[in-house]
Amino acid sequence: MIELIWNALSWTLLLTGGFCLLVGGIGLLRLPDFFTRVHAAGVTDTMGAGAILVGLMLQAGLTQASIKLVLIILFMLFTSPTASHALAQAALHGGLKPRLGEQREDSRSNT
Amino acid sequence: MFIAAAAAILVAMALAMIRVLLGPTVYDRILAVNVLGTKTVLIISVFGFLTERPDFLDIALVYALINFIGTIAILKFFEYGEAGFSNPEVTRDEERP
Amino acid sequence: MTHALSLGFVLFALWCVLSGYLRPMLLGLGLLSCAFVVFIALRMDLVDREWRPIHLLFGRVLGYWPWLMLQIVWSNVDVVRRILDPRLPISPTLIWVKASQHTDIGRVTYANSITITPGTLAMKLQGDQILVHALTREGAEALAGGEMDRRVTLLEKHS
Repeated sequence: MIELIWNALSWTLLLTGGFCLLVGGIGLLRLPDFFTRVHAAGVTDTMGAGAILVGLMLQAGLTQASIKLVLIILFMLFTSPTASHALAQAALHGGLKPRLGEQREDSRSNT
Repeated sequence: MFIAAAAAILVAMALAMIRVLLGPTVYDRILAVNVLGTKTVLIISVFGFLTERPDFLDIALVYALINFIGTIAILKFFEYGEAGFSNPEVTRDEERP
Repeated sequence: MTHALSLGFVLFALWCVLSGYLRPMLLGLGLLSCAFVVFIALRMDLVDREWRPIHLLFGRVLGYWPWLMLQIVWSNVDVVRRILDPRLPISPTLIWVKASQHTDIGRVTYANSITITPGTLAMKLQGDQILVHALTREGAEALAGGEMDRRVTLLEKHS
């Protein structure tokens, strides 16, 4: 019984992670400019990767594999904001300007 | 269930690859490649569980390290024009309008 | 010196966890490589400077992380909903927020916390101000409310 609940939880996490990865990919294609796309990448890096790795951790149980997965998660949580920040700063430094304001009117006038 | 997760990761990788090919600016491409690297780490881990060989996690760990360092190195190259020992403070202080 | 020793100890623990083999020859090789890394770190003068955050790490951070995780999940749900909405209801906003932390490590913690939450992105640090790009106006306003800033400052005070 407890095994079943454990497995169901792990599968839910794996599916949630996969869903977030897909949404991140869609956002990467759909959002209008570079700075908004960074937010879509953020969804992939935090929720997608985190949920999938935690789901795998539940499958592995208390083994060496779990410790390695914890290390991967910690490393990703520390490096992904650093990489995003470096990217945004480099883009700003390179003269890229963020598009501001309400996007809603734009898309409405287009359709 | 691992197969479903692996399929989702592969589709998401394909989407990121489209952004790499489309990307109007070089920063879009670097961002997409960074995301692609994250997904590679994930698919290596999931593949390790799929084939029941947890040794793959070591490769995933190393790939996560290389992915981060690679992104930073490419950015440094594009921001300052070289990856060497230039003094970053000099270029960073000049403000662009 | 204590810093170098603790660095060596942490490195050796990492070696043991990652390798999983406890044969004397492999442990000896591990000790040797850890000693080499500590030697390089000492030679590059990295040990005393970079090792300070450890007291911050084990202090109140354990109370801050669960709150941060909750924030991350919440903003993830919001961003996912907005990406999947056919009308794409986003309103990208630039905003300067004040970082009231006193130390560098506190400010870096704050900026990284902003960036790791999807929907907000720290673009530039200047003095005690951070330039933030937010996906929506509501997100920018929530950040300007200063809840996260207060929590990170609290984290710093305790250390």
